[in-house]
Amino acid sequence: MEIVTTICYAALAISAILCALRVMRGPSLPDRVLAVDTLLTTGAVGVAVEAARTRSGVYLDVLLVVALVAFVGTVAVARFIERRGAQ
Amino acid sequence: MSVTDGIAAILLLAGSAFVLLASLGLWRFDDFYSRIHAATKATTLGVLFVVAAAALRVEAVPDLLKLFLAAVLQLISAPVTGNMLGRAAYWAGIRLTPYTMIDELRDSGLEH
Repeated sequence: MEIVTTICYAALAISAILCALRVMRGPSLPDRVLAVDTLLTTGAVGVAVEAARTRSGVYLDVLLVVALVAFVGTVAVARFIERRGAQ
Repeated sequence: MSVTDGIAAILLLAGSAFVLLASLGLWRFDDFYSRIHAATKATTLGVLFVVAAAALRVEAVPDLLKLFLAAVLQLISAPVTGNMLGRAAYWAGIRLTPYTMIDELRDSGLEH
């Protein structure tokens, strides 16, 4: 199980790097918002992998909070873009 | 390593692979709308697989409930996020890729 979770963490790390590159590159505001959303989801998946590794649910609250913050933040910025335009 | 742990390991690997593929699509695809397509769908499947693996591994019942809540939350939030971002981007004038064949929203003559 340790080997499996290590592989998972490596995949998630590469995934987070790709999301961060997309955040830096843009080219528009919706691209960045979508990349930040995916980055937060990657973090939530990492918390779930940690729960599976240690067989304990201590950090599962973090998973829920991160997922909720990603959802609310993305919806808020989407409303903002719809009203003000994607500058 | 029991059978349950084996299934959990397979689910963990599959979920992480899906999240990696989502980010790869986010990095490689041509325009914003293709990237939405990659980021919402593949990420949802990845989260569901990894949460299922964690649900097979944890022992306490409240943790199972939290994992179930996380799965439901992801299933609800991902389509809403994709829809709102895509609509906002379209009306804000983000261009489709030049390879686009059909743009039904433009052809329908609807105004924002």
